[in-house]
Amino acid sequence: MTTPSRWRALTRHHLFWPVAVLVALLLVNVPFTPDFFAIHMTNGHLYGSLVSIVLFGSPLILVAVGMTLVIATGGIDLSVGAVVAITGALTCSYISHQADQNALSGVLLAMGLGLVAAVVCGLWNGFLVARMGIQPIIATLIIMVAGRGVAQLITDGQIITVNSDPYQLIGGGYWLTLPFSIFVVAAVVAVTVVLTRRTALGLLVEAVGGNAEASRLVGIRSRRIKIMVYVFCAVSAGIAGLMISSNTSAADGNNAGLWIELDAILAVVIGGTSLLGGRFSIGGTVIGALVIQTLTTTIYTIGVPTQTNLVFKAAVVIVVCLLQSPKFRAKVFGARAKSAAPAAPAAPAEAAPKMEVS
Amino acid sequence: MSATTRTPTTPESRTTSTSARLLGDRRLPVLVTAGLFLVMYIAGLSRYQNYGFGEPQVFLNLFIDNSYLLVAAVGATFVIMSGGIDLSVGSVIGFTTMLTAWLVQDVGLPLLVVVPISLSVGAFGGFLMGYVIHNFEIQPFIVTLAGLFLFRGLCLVISKESIAISDSAVSSLAETRISLGVGDLSIGAVVALVVLGVAFYVLHYTRFGRRVYAIGGNEQSALLMGLPLGGTKIAVYTMSGFCSALAGLLFMLYIQSGDPLHAVGMELDAIAAVVIGGTLLTGGSGYVLGTLFGVLVLGLIKSIIQFEGTLSSWWTKIATGVLLCAFILVQRAMTARKAT
Repeated sequence: MTTPSRWRALTRHHLFWPVAVLVALLLVNVPFTPDFFAIHMTNGHLYGSLVSIVLFGSPLILVAVGMTLVIATGGIDLSVGAVVAITGALTCSYISHQADQNALSGVLLAMGLGLVAAVVCGLWNGFLVARMGIQPIIATLIIMVAGRGVAQLITDGQIITVNSDPYQLIGGGYWLTLPFSIFVVAAVVAVTVVLTRRTALGLLVEAVGGNAEASRLVGIRSRRIKIMVYVFCAVSAGIAGLMISSNTSAADGNNAGLWIELDAILAVVIGGTSLLGGRFSIGGTVIGALVIQTLTTTIYTIGVPTQTNLVFKAAVVIVVCLLQSPKFRAKVFGARAKSAAPAAPAAPAEAAPKMEVS
Repeated sequence: MSATTRTPTTPESRTTSTSARLLGDRRLPVLVTAGLFLVMYIAGLSRYQNYGFGEPQVFLNLFIDNSYLLVAAVGATFVIMSGGIDLSVGSVIGFTTMLTAWLVQDVGLPLLVVVPISLSVGAFGGFLMGYVIHNFEIQPFIVTLAGLFLFRGLCLVISKESIAISDSAVSSLAETRISLGVGDLSIGAVVALVVLGVAFYVLHYTRFGRRVYAIGGNEQSALLMGLPLGGTKIAVYTMSGFCSALAGLLFMLYIQSGDPLHAVGMELDAIAAVVIGGTLLTGGSGYVLGTLFGVLVLGLIKSIIQFEGTLSSWWTKIATGVLLCAFILVQRAMTARKAT
């Protein structure tokens, strides 16, 4: 193993480019805030830019991990933003009707209710996609449109505020000096990785995404797998919804989780999961979500007006997609490789006469 | 399918019972939507008779209040008919209101100069997206998603605050009403109807329209038939960009300001209108007139909710979702029948 070949092996690793982008983005911050990587302890809590990136990015990571599996089956779920809003609205409205908002049992019941609503949404999406055979974009569009209406119906168009310490823990609380939501995210990611990579489940998901019909013929219950991933995606969106509403102690049917579906898809794409389905990378998605959150933080720290955030995001989407497109690579890099080939030592004898003819 | 009630006249018509033939008819969704519109209108008429629902102006207001949605939905019809999707519609509308408001109000250009600029910016945006979609074979969904981010971001780059337009040309245009005898229409509504007419002609009576149908039906066969795939696709997205920009201008006239948050999520309304209007989301089948009825149904839901008074605005979203769902299932039933 010489150094160049090891370097090549490293750059060929599927996580290399997402990690490189993340590290580059983090380093950009250093000249502007020299103590960017510093983490200090105040009141028994750890504070620092890195901690807050993970903290603010955690709902996005959750949604994106769920989205990864859906995209791996060749689908897409646009309804996650609405599911976030419904879960938050249902949970907060239940808690706000409690006599004692701090009672743990009431809070747990409320969270259970919210997650049940998320499961119902997931089942509905899965039913439409797998049983009725409707295109995923369209099937999930229904809840995307109607879901926000339902969330507003639950909250009666108001922003419901709750004052509950146990509920506050998920999104804004601390545990073992770290924000509690980091543990929630870590648990969900760990469970997902174990389920998909230590059991055959991941392989089945990839098989369904690669070719649903072929996988059905070899005996995989592709419909059941599809329904399962939509339910999983909705549940992770539901947990993200709990987190968002708990962090602000309020449920806003209109704005909670707005655009999160687009950010989640973006995170999945940055992480190297193909939108065509058939292969996925949970690790890549987590890094992709962190890249998006770091981008937002970076825009704040280097003092670029925050409104350019969306333009940056658009540029990132375009660049990542172009790099993923085989045709683009063939056109741009392929042309360079062809023009470089005659310059290689073996070729010049043949290349020269051809030049004269033409 | 078992009972044969009449002998097939042509070898292709295997569907023999009347109901099966009806389900196989491509015009069915449009007729259903038109019927739905009629039923809703009559229901509204009987319920709110004493509140002036029967006034012709209430009907004409549907066109006035939804002129921009109609134009945007017509653009989306072409894209969906070709088998693609355009998520950037709402952002382009918002960006156009912002750009025109900024150029008219802050830069001080006359409206006559600003309108072509805005339209060409929108069309150019659509062209770029179409170019990337065709030449690099990236999914339309993700490219137009980037467009959504880009144009919404550019809105905010122009200004974070909304810009009110006090230009006299704009306000006089906005207030002009064209009398029809029983009521009147705004300039916006007239423009929208003209766009609808042009789209109808282009889709059904030109080569370009046939190509859009062919590509939406089966891209591979269209290519093998020698149809210019790239040119048509790019043209479709350019047209959608143009329609979105025009919708933005109409929206600007309607609301007389530019705001970076104008028309957030309007692409969903446009897509919903197209689907409710009976255009098949897989492409290749549908009518522009169906889109008109789709927009009218959405508009009627809004006005019924206004007349009802006690219902809140979010019922619009729920009703739209339910309708969307019903129509998708009807479409599914139709295509399943065709496949067998």
